[in-house]
Amino acid sequence: MRFIQDAFDKARPLFEKGGKLELLYPLFEAKETFLFVSRERTASGCHVRDSIDSKRYMASVIVALMPCLLFGIYNAGYQYLTGIAPGQPTDIHRCLWEGALRVMPIVICSYAVGGIWELVFSVVRKHEINEGFLVTGLLFPLVLPPTIPLWQVAVGISFGVVIGKEVFGGTGMNIFNPALTARAFLFFAYPAQISGDQVWRVVKDGVDGVSGATPLLVAAAQDGVQVVDRVSGAFGGWSNLFLGLIPGSIGETSTLCCLLGAVYLVATGIGSWRTMLGVLIGAFITCFLLNQACKDNTAINALPFCYHLVSGGFAFGLVFMATDPVSAAQSNTGKWIYGFLIGFLAIVIRTLNPAFPEGMMLAILFMNAFAPLIDYFVISRHMAWRMKRVEA
Amino acid sequence: MARFTLKQGYDVPIAGDSNPEVVDGALATVASVRPADFIGIKPRLLVRDGDSVLAGTPLFHAKDDESQVFTSPISGTVSEVSGVVRGDRRVLLAVNIESDGKNEAVSFEPTSAAAIPGKSSEQLRETLVKSGQLALFRERPFGHVARAKHTPRDIFVSAIASAPLAPDPAVLVEGNEEYFQAGIDACAKLTLGAVHLSVPGTGSVCSAFSGAKNCQIHEFSGPHPAGVVGVQIHHIAPVRSRQDIVWTITVQGLIQLGKLFVLGRVSPEKIVSVAGTSALDRRYFRTINGAPLQNVIRGQVADETIRYISGDVLTGTDIGAEGFVGLYDDMVTLIPESIDSEFVGWMQPGFRKHSMFRTYVSPWLPKQKHRLDTKVWGGHRALFASDAYGKVLPMKMFPLFLVKSCMIQDIDEMVGLGIYEVTEEEMALCEYVCPSKTPVQKIIREGLEFLYAEA
Repeated sequence: MRFIQDAFDKARPLFEKGGKLELLYPLFEAKETFLFVSRERTASGCHVRDSIDSKRYMASVIVALMPCLLFGIYNAGYQYLTGIAPGQPTDIHRCLWEGALRVMPIVICSYAVGGIWELVFSVVRKHEINEGFLVTGLLFPLVLPPTIPLWQVAVGISFGVVIGKEVFGGTGMNIFNPALTARAFLFFAYPAQISGDQVWRVVKDGVDGVSGATPLLVAAAQDGVQVVDRVSGAFGGWSNLFLGLIPGSIGETSTLCCLLGAVYLVATGIGSWRTMLGVLIGAFITCFLLNQACKDNTAINALPFCYHLVSGGFAFGLVFMATDPVSAAQSNTGKWIYGFLIGFLAIVIRTLNPAFPEGMMLAILFMNAFAPLIDYFVISRHMAWRMKRVEA
Repeated sequence: MARFTLKQGYDVPIAGDSNPEVVDGALATVASVRPADFIGIKPRLLVRDGDSVLAGTPLFHAKDDESQVFTSPISGTVSEVSGVVRGDRRVLLAVNIESDGKNEAVSFEPTSAAAIPGKSSEQLRETLVKSGQLALFRERPFGHVARAKHTPRDIFVSAIASAPLAPDPAVLVEGNEEYFQAGIDACAKLTLGAVHLSVPGTGSVCSAFSGAKNCQIHEFSGPHPAGVVGVQIHHIAPVRSRQDIVWTITVQGLIQLGKLFVLGRVSPEKIVSVAGTSALDRRYFRTINGAPLQNVIRGQVADETIRYISGDVLTGTDIGAEGFVGLYDDMVTLIPESIDSEFVGWMQPGFRKHSMFRTYVSPWLPKQKHRLDTKVWGGHRALFASDAYGKVLPMKMFPLFLVKSCMIQDIDEMVGLGIYEVTEEEMALCEYVCPSKTPVQKIIREGLEFLYAEA
């Protein structure tokens, strides 16, 4: 690989101060550090450093997302094939091919448009390109339905990167999770394509649509049947919901794949198990109380926790969105509280608020805003304890 | 005796252990006294080139306190006073003394070891300050050199080597047990409270430590930084405020202190271990305070670009091949400098990478030690939270928030989050593991100095 390094060394003066392409230095730097771990030597403090860096850190999240992405591609193809002509053969390579045709343009569009914004800001601000975008650029497509028009993907990711992140100063400074900000923007700006009640399947040739309801919509419906029977009847039982062969956003449908991602994130020490467990506990308790209070077992309030877990974006949000290290609470105690409240709010929005079938996205964004406040309280208590110790 | 089992921490998997065999280093023909060792002091020079001095002759004193002198470790001639001009001022960097080989010393009143407990604390203090050996102590909060105007609440000693490749204190104390105990006895007279000695909680503890009298013994076990004295203070009797001053001293410092009172002279002998993969002869060498690095490595180094560190790889100082061993350091570490870059390093499975995060393969494999170099391993980014800091600091604290409060110089938060309890040493592992490559130690030191100057 010596010759590539030599080529970079040769091109370097062009991009450095005074060079012709000085403005594009962040691009050069990003390319170079993408290919080569820098030779930079430790200058102060520790003489040796852990070999992790933010690239590896973020790349680990992408690895954790792979099961969701691959299954999402398969599922998009499967839904397409079963949707346009029931009875068609749905062997794995056909599903993957048809799915890739629909999913990959969305992923590529998200990375390309978001990447351009990232570059523009790094040139203007003269900082290095941040790797956080690698994650945002993949998280965002995975929370979109495969039917989303590409121009909406472009507008959405632009909003997410610029308003969700760059206006705050870039990765590490943002208050909200950029991918969720982008999705929330689409959700409210173009409800017809993303939040209507019959839009989650693949559109055939852009005009004729075959659509299907999501589990949460089915659960919210009222037809006199017990809610559990209604949901499991419509989607082939709890196990099918868990596996994820149902209509829905690209990466969100399979709870199993999210679980695989969670195991990877926790085992590597990248994702916070405290936040994840907090969300689970919060949602479980809320569900339990609602179930107890609900007399009418046909209403969504009677839907048990295990169904909430496998429907909508709950598992995906729990594993990948709530644990975002930048926008979550940063103290350990804070993570428990932050997670618990996300779980609580997600279930409350799902069940008690008829306007939004899906509560996870809003719950996380809401708690993003409160995360600094939670930390503030945790830190204040700690400081008060220390002050008391001084007086003692 | 209290036992503490610390869970948080991390042992850096670095190769290059030294063999605990004590041999004589090269004879020191020159010794260097460097104000940079004495944090918190502005020096005012008392000698000139060519002056002849004895071991114990003052070389410079603190600008704000003339009684606080810093003395020569050996007898000879002042051969070089080096400084550097910064702005309109000249800053003293070092006073070098060329040995005359006679080893003469300023005489203080010798006291038999048994008589030390009977001495008055004023008498001991006077000798300590006059001989300049007060500098063997360092203070908390702030991690400055101990000041003559302060009387410590307690004195803490760590007899645990948890730092990467650090020498075994049991070997350092061997043959000096009597002086070690004399040092403890003297410390007990110098403090209002107690002397606290921390010993390893696992394995056998040498009798000099386990049988030490006139002090409280505490057992600590766990990964690094369990052996760092600041961590131990936090668990034994924490520093609560700016006025709550405690002193710390090293095991070899205690021995030198004991010798000062028993022999009645400044005794600079100490052992320095040589470690790190770039050093070829890795043993323990007898030498003196302020000795040149070359006296212990004696040219036995690998043929590569080397970083010469006085101290351990986490907190030591880059002194260069011609440098001098720091006063408080009992080891030098030689590691290769980073000279190559690695192709798509961040994408590799990493069978041979050292990382606390288990994103690479190596942390899943049986423990292996690595030949570490000085690579930073990544770009500097905004400080984003990960659980990492908390995982390596066994103190009831919020290290991430403390670092942030230092960055924005918010005094209330710094104090509230416990800045008085830390120095660079305790926070060094946070810097080691930081994925954003934040210079934590520098930030903490700047925070401490800012706070010190404010009031």
